[in-house]
Amino acid sequence: MLQERIPNLKALVEPDRVHRLCYADPDVFDLEIARIFDRCWIYAGHESQVKKPGDFWTFQIGRQPMVMVRGHRGAVHVLYNRCPHRGVQVCGARHGNAGEVLTCSYHSWRFHYDGTNESVPLPRGYEETTFAGYDRNMKRAPRVESYRGFVFASLAGDGPSLQEWLGPARVAFDDICDRSPEGEVEVVMNCYRVVQRSNWKFFMENQLDAVHPSVTHESTGRAAADVEFQIQRRTGEKPLHYHMLSAFTIPFEKWDSLETIGYPHGHTVLGGYMGLRPQDPDTVAYEKVLAKAYGERKKEEFLSRNIHHVLVYPCLSIQSPLQQLRAIRPIAPDRTLSEIWHFRLKGAPEAIYRRSLWYYNLVNSPATMVNADDLENWQKGQWGLASEGGDWVSFHRDYGRDKVEGDVLRSSNGCSEAPMRNQFRAWLQYMTAA
Amino acid sequence: MTAVAAKKPKQRAPAKKTARPAAARAARGAAPRRAADGAHLQREVEALLYRQSEALDGKDWKGFIDLFAPGGVYWMPPAPHYTSWDGQPSIFAEDRDMMTVRMKRVTHPHAWSQQPDWGTNHVVSNVVVEKVDPKSGDVHVRSRFHMVELRRDELRHFAGAYRHHLGRTKDGLRIKLQRVDMVNAQAPYEYVLQVWV
Repeated sequence: MLQERIPNLKALVEPDRVHRLCYADPDVFDLEIARIFDRCWIYAGHESQVKKPGDFWTFQIGRQPMVMVRGHRGAVHVLYNRCPHRGVQVCGARHGNAGEVLTCSYHSWRFHYDGTNESVPLPRGYEETTFAGYDRNMKRAPRVESYRGFVFASLAGDGPSLQEWLGPARVAFDDICDRSPEGEVEVVMNCYRVVQRSNWKFFMENQLDAVHPSVTHESTGRAAADVEFQIQRRTGEKPLHYHMLSAFTIPFEKWDSLETIGYPHGHTVLGGYMGLRPQDPDTVAYEKVLAKAYGERKKEEFLSRNIHHVLVYPCLSIQSPLQQLRAIRPIAPDRTLSEIWHFRLKGAPEAIYRRSLWYYNLVNSPATMVNADDLENWQKGQWGLASEGGDWVSFHRDYGRDKVEGDVLRSSNGCSEAPMRNQFRAWLQYMTAA
Repeated sequence: MTAVAAKKPKQRAPAKKTARPAAARAARGAAPRRAADGAHLQREVEALLYRQSEALDGKDWKGFIDLFAPGGVYWMPPAPHYTSWDGQPSIFAEDRDMMTVRMKRVTHPHAWSQQPDWGTNHVVSNVVVEKVDPKSGDVHVRSRFHMVELRRDELRHFAGAYRHHLGRTKDGLRIKLQRVDMVNAQAPYEYVLQVWV
């Protein structure tokens, strides 16, 4: 067991460097599942994925196959996707509508949408048995809460409420929803799934790593900048979606001028950089709609939040200004599934949705010209950390210059490795908690 | 191999005789007028599809892009029920400009993901001319493909259906819209697709 091989888990994490076993050891991974994923609030999905009673969507918490189901009176339930009879998964499709009740395909045990048993066939077979005392309900996730339409479940019975746990990272959901004049978003019913052959933490660290874009994505940034320039010469205009790719050419100095803020539980925010508040006619029209809905002061407050990216540790990356959400599901120490969604701002003009769509297609689709190089890095990184070519991973950049205010950790500059240090601060707390 | 392709050797001689006038009309941008041109059209369309798959397998990205008409779009929907790339999620939805970005990316010396061995092998088959628009001469073609990709030390297999909407230009048939339906479009992708399939 882990305790025998690695007597002191704390020895794996130092303030400015961590041991490679955090990424490459199967026992550490098992412990992460037990102490992080089985205890935290994990993203289930958005309420608009399950609009009608009986609509369901399956997903994974740690190693548990779960299903999110819309109930009759509007509640969203999260159940273990397992029939209490013989263990068969009740919802066989990835998503769909269950019909009048959830029905097991094996022996027709039937369940209400909240998991309670509706019926078992041939009741006479159970006479004079102890079946009356057998729990014939589908097991429910101990806790389910949603914040502004985003549903989370926790397999732990106790712990902070979702809102307490999110803390200031709630801004991810406030920012995405407040951009809608109706204060709500609606999911676009398509989920891209890409398998990363690397530890889940590679993804989480990469999201707020401001040094890598101009290195890793140089080829895409340069290519897009070239074509953007040609288009501008030809038509006099630069389409915004080319900028989504050419922005990767911005120099280190610009990245370094940003700030990251680390909150408790590993949640971390990266400030904005893309200049996504242009003054083109579409944006101007959209801002009028927002001003009408909220008033000028609120509109300014909503649109001037300085956010590029929010990490909700350990499983979510949200780009609220572009309505993108990526959830990761760890499969093995060296294998991670990413689920990629985007959202419509309810009541906002179509042109604003198109921006989100361009980003979804260009950056987040399975034909992404951006993540192609990220995935390559993480795969090579995983191999390196599985090797005995060295024991440590360095997070020294700008260590000692982090600004600590209570339990908030502000970076001194954008290229600081403070976001990684903040994540490992939470990681160690989770991993060593009783 | 398709039935159409298997018949090819027998038909080769007569097809050649009819090829010239039809080719001349094609060069003028005119539609083939007679039913007798059907066999020629079939061959002309197949030649274009083969040329396209050879451009991909030969990493002739410019050659691939040039098979598209100005304004032509390469589109891979995320699921079969999608009817348009416009305003909807797409795995690929690229015009010639965006294809040029992709070409410049994969040929850039710092396209890190291109450093390991990488290559593809396409087979295109079941080529059916669905419709020829009598006015415009536009041709609608469906076909099937299998593609095997080597990346580093591993093979991946993709299969699916192409739908080509072709138009007549001064250079011959060119692609106005290519729809690519992958049979595994909704499945998780192990790694990503670096270029067009």
